[in-house]
Amino acid sequence: MTRTEAILVPLSAILAAMLVFGIFVATLGVNPLLVYGSIYKAAFGSWYSWQNTLVRASPLLLTGLCTAIPARAGIIVIGNEGAVVVGGLGAVVGGLATLSFPPFLSLTVMVLCAMLCGGLWIAFCVVLQHYRGVNAVISGLLLSYLAIALMNQLIEGPLRDPSSLNSPATYPLTPDHRLGYFSGTHIHHGLIFGIVACLAAWFLIQRTTFGFAMKVCGGNVRAAQLSGLPVGKLVAMAGFLGGASAGIAGMIEVAAVHGRANESLNAGYGYVGILVAFLARQSPLGVILISLLMGGLLASGGMLQRAHDLPDATIAVLEGILFLFILLSDTLYGRFRFPWVRSGETKADAVAV
Amino acid sequence: MRMPSRREVLAGLAGAAMPRVANPIVVGFLYNGPKNDLGYNQSHVEGRQALGSLPWVRAVEEANVPETVAAEESMRDMIFQDRATAIFATSFGYYDPFTVDMARENPGVQFFHCGGLYEEGKHPKNIGIYFGFIDEVEYLSGMLAGLATRTNKLGFVAAKPIPQVLRNINSFTLGARSVNPKATTKVVFTGDWVLPVREAEASSSLVDQGIDVLTGHTGSPRVIVQTAERRGVYGCGYQFNQSSMAPHGFLTGAEWAWGTVYVRIAQMLHQGRSVTNGAIPRRLAGTLRDEFCKLSPYGPAVTESWRARVASAKAAILDGSLEIYRGPLRTNNGGIAIPAGKVLKIEDVELDRMDWLVEGVDGRAGG
Repeated sequence: MTRTEAILVPLSAILAAMLVFGIFVATLGVNPLLVYGSIYKAAFGSWYSWQNTLVRASPLLLTGLCTAIPARAGIIVIGNEGAVVVGGLGAVVGGLATLSFPPFLSLTVMVLCAMLCGGLWIAFCVVLQHYRGVNAVISGLLLSYLAIALMNQLIEGPLRDPSSLNSPATYPLTPDHRLGYFSGTHIHHGLIFGIVACLAAWFLIQRTTFGFAMKVCGGNVRAAQLSGLPVGKLVAMAGFLGGASAGIAGMIEVAAVHGRANESLNAGYGYVGILVAFLARQSPLGVILISLLMGGLLASGGMLQRAHDLPDATIAVLEGILFLFILLSDTLYGRFRFPWVRSGETKADAVAV
Repeated sequence: MRMPSRREVLAGLAGAAMPRVANPIVVGFLYNGPKNDLGYNQSHVEGRQALGSLPWVRAVEEANVPETVAAEESMRDMIFQDRATAIFATSFGYYDPFTVDMARENPGVQFFHCGGLYEEGKHPKNIGIYFGFIDEVEYLSGMLAGLATRTNKLGFVAAKPIPQVLRNINSFTLGARSVNPKATTKVVFTGDWVLPVREAEASSSLVDQGIDVLTGHTGSPRVIVQTAERRGVYGCGYQFNQSSMAPHGFLTGAEWAWGTVYVRIAQMLHQGRSVTNGAIPRRLAGTLRDEFCKLSPYGPAVTESWRARVASAKAAILDGSLEIYRGPLRTNNGGIAIPAGKVLKIEDVELDRMDWLVEGVDGRAGG
């Protein structure tokens, strides 16, 4: 695929998806152009809507990486939700254990605990696939249910704050041990973690030996093994880094949003992250771009309900159509020959005749 | 989908025909699930629809708003884009930190939260709390279950062992045992509010164990009532009218009547009153007597004599002669729940900390 094609193919997939979604909206009796106008206005139309978009994009940056990094090593991970949940639990345990520490130190402990928990969770999936042949897609999905059950068990049992009667939650962090907001906005500092993680992942994959070795594993395991690469360690590390990113997303939910861990840790950021990674074609920089797009779509979901009286599932339908078209464009790439395109191949045929 | 009654259609037409005033009071509603869940969320949507009869109110709403920053952003959008001056946050998880933060950020807007724990001095003054005590309705629903059962075994599929759920299990069982002392309730906890598959499995396995009346407390016990019907046993609903799910076996159910609350608050807002200045009560709590909750319409299996017994119990609750939490009550592991001679009024805060299951319940209150 050439560079132009790499941009043109997904772009036309997005346009095609928008066309189909437009028809869908029209059948509901709403003018699609007005709907797109509202989406733009609610997502990117002003600094106010940009803030809304950025707030919603920030966990997706991290959960997107959870699928994107291991994908470069050739493993499809969809256990993001579980990694977010265990990351959040790790963070709250670390945070509550260090309440007497200075805030910066305590937050560092929280990040490290979250990375460790989320990282080991996904690394476990990847290791299971590499060494025992258990498909990581299946194990990841099932482990997410385990993570949610573990969370419910902990927040309704040993970690429960007895004063949280009808909404079981852990003890709260003190206000100074929480992540703050950019002044004058409603965007919390979690956004920095997301952007830094994406840039670091890009650097790691594109500019380091480790990243190159990882890509070799993803390209052809046999070739990687023949050239003496420690494939097992590399894929496990890729899984760990992906899971650690999602773990930080959980830590941010705890430290910036809720100030404690409760059942809202399982809010679906992990699942949207899978979508983000696939739309971004598993590229960390793409994850930034697509997270903004998804954040914007999520931000506009409410507007569609309030201004156009569309059902709440409308945005989910748009997400689904987008996902389908991007995957289709990948699968169908190169299978059509357009009569007006004179590619090198057809020219060669002509000469042969 | 249930067809609207003639009265509802007329009310709707009247609402549509009424001229909308130029500067209506804009109120925003947030629900954390779909608007047609036939459960908790739909009970609030139905309540919001009651505002349709007031021409000077315009309601905007968002469904499926998760209990994350999304809740905060939705409230903010309603305030800034739709100029909402009052917000109704209907899900428990919206309270802390989202409603609290938004109320602090927008002191001119009135926030109403369903069931939150307001802390004087710590939480901003523009938050009002509304909620209902539905135990007495569960008691009446349990009475019908106790009368209908032939095996004397009732089934209760519950989400989580939190006080609100334990209260319903206990009051349902107390109602059943008031008319049928041999009746027992077997409880299964599914672990979460919306798990339709697990709720169906739990319901089915309860029927396999000889249970012949099923009810539950989840986000929407729709699936529980539906499974009861499919397996040929009786079902009692909760949250919203689920009679459409069980045309043969539906007995009744305890459902919310939030319209009462929403119309009352809207009228107070219309008079220029606010929670901030204390003219709207900080806590607006109501019972069956206040019409904050009601009994679902009876199903076809309910006989005249059963109706009469429920009606007389209801009358006794309304005139105060029947208190459902009256000692002596034993817990199901032999302890004393409420000692002899002690009566806990349904509004008593001690009940909000309930951590026991009453004698006659087969299940464990601990997580």
